[in-house]
Amino acid sequence: MNVLAVHDVTLTLGGRRVLDKVEATFAPGRVSALLGPNGAGKSSLLACLAALRRPDAGRVTLDGEDVDAIDPQARARRIGLLPQGHDVHWNVDVATLVALGRLPWRGRWSETEADRAAVARALAATDMAPLAARGVEHLSGGERARALLARVLAGEPEWLLADEPLASLDPRHQMEVGARLRDVAAGGRGVVLVVHDLNMAARLADDIVLLRDGRVVAHGPAADVLTPALVEETYGLPVEIGRTPDGATFILPRG
Amino acid sequence: MTRLNLWLCLGLVVAAILSVAAGKVWVPLDAWSSADPRSLIIVELRLPRTVLALTVGAALGFSGAVMQGYLRNPLADPGLFGVSAGAAFGAVCALFFGYAAQAWLLPGFALAGAGATMAMLALIAGRSGSLIMFTLAGMILTSIAGSLTALAISLAPTPFVASEIVTWLMGALTDRSWDDVLVAAPLMALGAVILARTAAALDALTLGEVAARSMGVDPRRLQLAVVAGIALLVGASVAAAGVIGFVGLMVPHLVRPLAGHRPSAILLPSALAGALLLTVADTLVRVLPTVAELRLGIAMSMLGGPFFLYLLVAMRRRLA
Repeated sequence: MNVLAVHDVTLTLGGRRVLDKVEATFAPGRVSALLGPNGAGKSSLLACLAALRRPDAGRVTLDGEDVDAIDPQARARRIGLLPQGHDVHWNVDVATLVALGRLPWRGRWSETEADRAAVARALAATDMAPLAARGVEHLSGGERARALLARVLAGEPEWLLADEPLASLDPRHQMEVGARLRDVAAGGRGVVLVVHDLNMAARLADDIVLLRDGRVVAHGPAADVLTPALVEETYGLPVEIGRTPDGATFILPRG
Repeated sequence: MTRLNLWLCLGLVVAAILSVAAGKVWVPLDAWSSADPRSLIIVELRLPRTVLALTVGAALGFSGAVMQGYLRNPLADPGLFGVSAGAAFGAVCALFFGYAAQAWLLPGFALAGAGATMAMLALIAGRSGSLIMFTLAGMILTSIAGSLTALAISLAPTPFVASEIVTWLMGALTDRSWDDVLVAAPLMALGAVILARTAAALDALTLGEVAARSMGVDPRRLQLAVVAGIALLVGASVAAAGVIGFVGLMVPHLVRPLAGHRPSAILLPSALAGALLLTVADTLVRVLPTVAELRLGIAMSMLGGPFFLYLLVAMRRRLA
């Protein structure tokens, strides 16, 4: 069991305590969402999970081993991060972009058969194979988001961490990228997302960590966490939670 | 090796042969044998000059490609960190104090200038690790070294020294010897090895710094390698040839449409194309019917300025 876990993590940035004794456990094969208002510490927690930030106190462990202690390249093979924003600084084609995801696996110079196969699988999983030869500058926003997701998938990490992967996408592309993320978890990998949209979180996540002011308000299966009382406590906003006829949860703010 | 690199190598062989043969005196290749007195021109003048054109061009093209990849900016130039200006000021000091008579002193001073600039850059911006701090500190050091150089010219003890400094600053490969090659080449080789090892990290930076770090890139180590490698390559180039601008800016642009935009894919072609460009340019300035030989640095600026302008116009059109 490749459990990713946060034990009693405290993080201070610029004199402000952004994470305060956070405890959470993430299980593979499930989509977990980090949810909370702006400044709640979602992205900081994700950065600790990715070992981009070292907590002041507490530990982040993968399989019981401190993530900080794992060799960076070995860690990059096990934990893939899809950062916020869709930055690509050079107009490379999609296949080249996705192949960048193999860098943690590569020897110094050449690409192996395994690299090419993994890139092909990632392109197929995101439906980007037909666009493989297209330059990144000529992709739509949704295509670019899918290409960047394919880049992380090409590394075939055990864990996929994504910081607001649905931000700045229109609803159709949100659903599309969301479906890919669910596929990744269905394939047995762990997925941890920072999400802003309560409805998308309700739709995508198996488990939710609800954060406020750097503290965990609630952590558990989505249905247990997304209750009117907990959501109101976290966001300071009364909400109505209902179900559509086909069983999907929706959350409406009451003003 | 890709087809592009093969063509560039072929071009280099032709350019090198022409460079050895061409000049005020044309020396056909059959005069190569030591029995012919003209072989002295080849061995002692043309060959070191050609070797320097090849290595300096390769060094500038390569460091330009690394610099643009590292800063993720197609307008970045290897001089941006202040190494060129620092090395130039070092050399100007050697000329100012009249130390340049000994073969090793002028390049030695230039290298000391490059090293001192890098040390100051590390002191000012090294800890933050921020690209903006680095670029700004480099620009400030460039302007300080520039003003000190101007001061040296204006306070020159004799008009002859002033004119010597001005001429040297224009950059050229005239009258270079094997000594210059011996000073520059090992340092360039070391710099090239250091920079070649950054190739994968430069590729990762295509996705931004956060993604690169998550892929195992250590930004501090990368910065150290880039700064040290550029200092060695550019410092040694300036020590050998003076300031020759625009090669590092132009060459990666010329290569990109042919080699693709992935930063590591343009490193070797940029080195080869830089060597080709400078060797051809240095041959041309020798055979042009000018009264005095056109300085190589001036020739490159004449090419580079309009090219820079063209880049800006093309960019503006793309942004519009």
